[in-house]
Amino acid sequence: MIELTKENFEQEVLQYPGVVFVDFWSPKCEPCLGLLPEVESFAEQNGGKAKFCKLDTAGNKRLAIAQKVMGIPAFVFYRNGEKAFVFDKDQIDMEAVQAKLDELLQ
Amino acid sequence: MEQVYDILVVGGGPGGLAAGIYGSRARLKTAVIEKGRPGGQAATTEEMENYPGFFGKTTGPDIMKQFAAHAQHFGTEIIQGNVVSLELEGPVKKVVTSKGQVYAAHCLILAPGAEPRSLNIPGEGKLRGKGVSYCATCDADFFEDLDVAVVGNGDAAIEEAMYLTKFANEVTIIVIHDEGVLDCNKASAEKAFKNQKIKWIWSSVLEEIVGDELVESVRIKNIKSGEITEKEVNGVFFFVGTVPKTEFLKGRVELDQHNYIVTNELMETSVPGVYAAGDARQKYLRQVVTAAADGAIAAVAAEKYLAELESFREQVLEVETPVLLAFWAPQVEESIAAIGILEAAVAQSGGRLALAKLDTYRNKKTADAYQVQAIPTVLLFEDGQVKGRIDRNVTREAVEALLQSASGATAS
Repeated sequence: MIELTKENFEQEVLQYPGVVFVDFWSPKCEPCLGLLPEVESFAEQNGGKAKFCKLDTAGNKRLAIAQKVMGIPAFVFYRNGEKAFVFDKDQIDMEAVQAKLDELLQ
Repeated sequence: MEQVYDILVVGGGPGGLAAGIYGSRARLKTAVIEKGRPGGQAATTEEMENYPGFFGKTTGPDIMKQFAAHAQHFGTEIIQGNVVSLELEGPVKKVVTSKGQVYAAHCLILAPGAEPRSLNIPGEGKLRGKGVSYCATCDADFFEDLDVAVVGNGDAAIEEAMYLTKFANEVTIIVIHDEGVLDCNKASAEKAFKNQKIKWIWSSVLEEIVGDELVESVRIKNIKSGEITEKEVNGVFFFVGTVPKTEFLKGRVELDQHNYIVTNELMETSVPGVYAAGDARQKYLRQVVTAAADGAIAAVAAEKYLAELESFREQVLEVETPVLLAFWAPQVEESIAAIGILEAAVAQSGGRLALAKLDTYRNKKTADAYQVQAIPTVLLFEDGQVKGRIDRNVTREAVEALLQSASGATAS
């Protein structure tokens, strides 16, 4: 999975002509850490279909806020540089996330 | 079907992990199934000052890491999985995870814990993750140098508010009670009153959270005057209690009207072999220390239950010859006489019959399982099955009739 920062976000996400999945997380966030293994296998299983990234909000707070993310964990799907769908903490369910990816790839 | 565990614990918070420790130390095959990281709610509570033995600089996550390491040290298996359904009938219980994995055990300890309560205030749902939060350790960072509001006034609300002052510019606590009245413990209240970054709004509730894509402000209602004021904040943290995560248990074990699991002092639920521990139980005090206590009690009760089952299997179900099982009680004269009659029958059989006795007061579960309603009661077992019974009138004639009516047994 690609590690995003405020330096590469524009290029990797906003300028990418396809579907990008971004996991907003932070090392101090236990629920985020709990999800990491599932996120990593989700990225592996779907490798090549889309771009999979994670953003450690600890060092990139303003970037997260600019993306309207002020609570983690949050999964955001982008398509052609635009925000397509947001899963906030309570909605995160890996099956639903997979379904959303499949939907966006059509 | 793969292996059958002795004890399967659903939930890896302090209650579940303590049950793991006690189960494993008793050399029972024990596993804890946890959907996230072990630690439960305590793992997202930064400052934990009231767990006995740990004070000073310990954090919730640190203590929970110790709990998990301790359980694993004694051999507890920690399995990643989210239990969504269960099969509780019969001697072997099964749990099914969201991924379809099935695990089986002789005993289950349910420790699913609780989650933050939502007040369903207008804007609360819409702005979740966009300024509305229930987890300070997860989200405090976003509010560095910003202003936040905190709703609640118990231990969690006040203590988490103080944690937030390390990040935020200003933390405004909205309290429903009169000025100076807080539900939280006095030590934390004192510290909070001295904290310069905390502002207090008394006799008030949150009316609405305003914002388009992120939280912009909150509308606060004074419950005495009815007056509504608006305050610009970037975030709202709710600490207004928790609700038990027992949806998946509805109709399976007895729950009270608030959906807490009903148990007795042995942590037994309404289903034999199924126990509960921690915040999801109906109880007086929900803390890490009481969850740990519940876990220990549940594991020990399960151990005793398994020992009872084991000895029943050995003495009754798996015996080669037919077994006369007497349910008796020392205070019931008749039952002692009955045993005398059975002993005679066994002696006369020349080794083709065996006798087992169960004191009903100490083996209530087994008695109930076989619908024993009177003492004495005698059941004739062959190959683990009940082939005949005598309820109450245990006479020599009755015993002879019982033995003759069943196949393969000879009376004299």
